[in-house]
Amino acid sequence: MNKIFETPLYPYTRPPDQDAAQTIRRRVVIIGAGPVGLATAIDLAQQGIEAVIVDDNDKVSFGSRAICFAKRPLEILDRLGCGQPMVDKGVQWNVGKVFFDDRQVYEFNLLPEDGHRRPAFINLQQYYFEEYLVRRALELQANGAPIEIRGGSRVIAIDQHDDHTFLTIDTPEGPYQLEADWLIACDGAGSPTRAMLNLDFHGRVFEDNFLIADVVMDADFPTERWFWFDPPFNKGQSALLHKQPDGVWRIDLQLGWDIDKEEEKKPENVIPRLKAMLGEDVKFDLEWVSIYTFQCRRMDRFRHGRVIFAGDSAHQVSPFGARGANSGVQDSDNLAWKLALVINSQAPDALLDSYDTERVHGAEENILNSTRSTDFITPKSDTSRLFRDAVLDLSERHSFARPFVNSGRLSVPCTYDGSPLNTPDALPDAPARTRPGSPCVDAPLGNGFLLDHMRGGFTLLTLNADAPDSITEGVTANRLDLPAEGQVAERYLGGAASAVYLIRPDQHVAARFPTYDEAQIRAAIRRAIGASQ
Amino acid sequence: MTDLILTPNIDGPDDFYAELLETHDGLTTEQSNALNARLILILANHIGDRKVLSQALGAARKE
Ligand SMILES: Cc1cc2nc3c(=O)[nH]c(=O)nc-3n(C[C@H](O)[C@H](O)[C@H](O)COP(=O)(O)OP(=O)(O)OC[C@H]3O[C@@H](n4cnc5c(N)ncnc54)[C@H](O)[C@@H]3O)c2cc1C
Repeated sequence: MNKIFETPLYPYTRPPDQDAAQTIRRRVVIIGAGPVGLATAIDLAQQGIEAVIVDDNDKVSFGSRAICFAKRPLEILDRLGCGQPMVDKGVQWNVGKVFFDDRQVYEFNLLPEDGHRRPAFINLQQYYFEEYLVRRALELQANGAPIEIRGGSRVIAIDQHDDHTFLTIDTPEGPYQLEADWLIACDGAGSPTRAMLNLDFHGRVFEDNFLIADVVMDADFPTERWFWFDPPFNKGQSALLHKQPDGVWRIDLQLGWDIDKEEEKKPENVIPRLKAMLGEDVKFDLEWVSIYTFQCRRMDRFRHGRVIFAGDSAHQVSPFGARGANSGVQDSDNLAWKLALVINSQAPDALLDSYDTERVHGAEENILNSTRSTDFITPKSDTSRLFRDAVLDLSERHSFARPFVNSGRLSVPCTYDGSPLNTPDALPDAPARTRPGSPCVDAPLGNGFLLDHMRGGFTLLTLNADAPDSITEGVTANRLDLPAEGQVAERYLGGAASAVYLIRPDQHVAARFPTYDEAQIRAAIRRAIGASQ
Repeated sequence: MTDLILTPNIDGPDDFYAELLETHDGLTTEQSNALNARLILILANHIGDRKVLSQALGAARKE
């Protein structure tokens, strides 16, 4: 049977645009049907905004690539209508083990907090992640939503104008032209859009190679994340073992800098390495092998007029910490509602500048974390290795050293502290985790969960406070009254007696107050849609 | 908040100094370096106070 990543899911068919006498103008064109392009298109289409994706391929990601998806992206996918199949298929894990040299130095449990719909993490091959997004997009299209995926369509030229972009798209039946009011470049780390527009991409390249192998095996390794520093089977380097659905295991082996990539990728070289790691008699099949190097880079700005960059095209991090796709989905979450409001003339164009501010902040955070992990995993100097090994040595006997061990700080959602869309916190006695800028913390509500009730538009959360059912100030915020008890109250009231929260469509807190004051709420809404400058 | 103490603070300095050196007895330079790194981490954790630690790092760099 063909693997899903070998199956064309959106093969090229000749679009009417290709035969139009005059160049057709589309509302939003998205380059790239990776996780980020797909998520953005779905989000826009759900808001009634036309989104056309063009991708030079017609299949999902070849090989698994991203495998670790965090809670926040899963919550975003719930809003996009495809979180459930991901979680159903994904593997959940909480326990991690850290090995140093020939011994286990300690074990940790993520111990996720209860009262959330979604787990802290699932492991799922990127090809499944993309498959479910593609299916969701096609389902929306079948139901009449303005979304389309054009396979076999490579963007080969881009001409930027003040109020639109002019694209040349190559297809198996030759090139055609297309205009876009808005262009979103989700065309990956090598972004041809970035190159065609001559834009920068700065940062650090790490001089190291990693062999990544997905193997299918029937082994009774537990569903845990195992990380080795300096193991006997890969002396001086590191290794990772992590489980995916369908009996597929991700193995990551650090190889160092001076290697012959083509040689190392050959099965006759890969298999002995894996046997040394897994044991001589473990039976396995290689599903996918690749060698990659790390980079931590980003663009100076993600918005360039009517061309907006999201995902790996805008920023690239090392895989340790699982921040690539996870943060790209957060880009799309941040962008889609803003673009929809601007397109619908409900918010000024300047709202889109806040996408740049907030997501550059997110990218900085991810790059910082990812760089630090990489420095720990692959020490760059003798002194750095000395301390790294000292930490690992101590971690076996002393818990104080364990927080220093950094085999990847797993992706946590970004809080937009200091964002121009935030109204200063007027409820200091409430928990810091729900301060303005933070993504709403989920909590049980009725038979379901809080986040189920925030699936689009602005929300006015009230606890022990009166407020009208809705308020309109350019956009409408609908009230959701919460019981002032249980985990909801713990997470949204804390030490405060009452609370009124203004929540953005991407479920981030824009403002919070002790009580409802119409003028304050109107001002907070204006600020949250970029209308107060 | 206390500041980093840079005036004499250890009773019996000669004793402590001797013990510090004895701890390294019989170790190769490499082993000594590793021990020093562990010691720094242990002491840093004991101090805990981020401001004091930064002051200590600065003092060690002779800033
Ligand atoms: C080994 C490895 C492990 C990883 N592990 C994780 C992890 O555990 N968790 C995590 O969150 N992330 C992980 N990542 C990162 C993750 O894979 C990427 O961040 C993610 O794929 C980025 O998505 P994207 O949509 O921005 O770009 P991509 O997935 O790269 O998609 C870009 C798309 O654009 C298309 N395209 C490019 N140029 C053109 C053009 N000119 N015209 C038309 N289409 C074009 C391409 O065909 C492609 O479909 C990992 C990456 C690697 C390599």
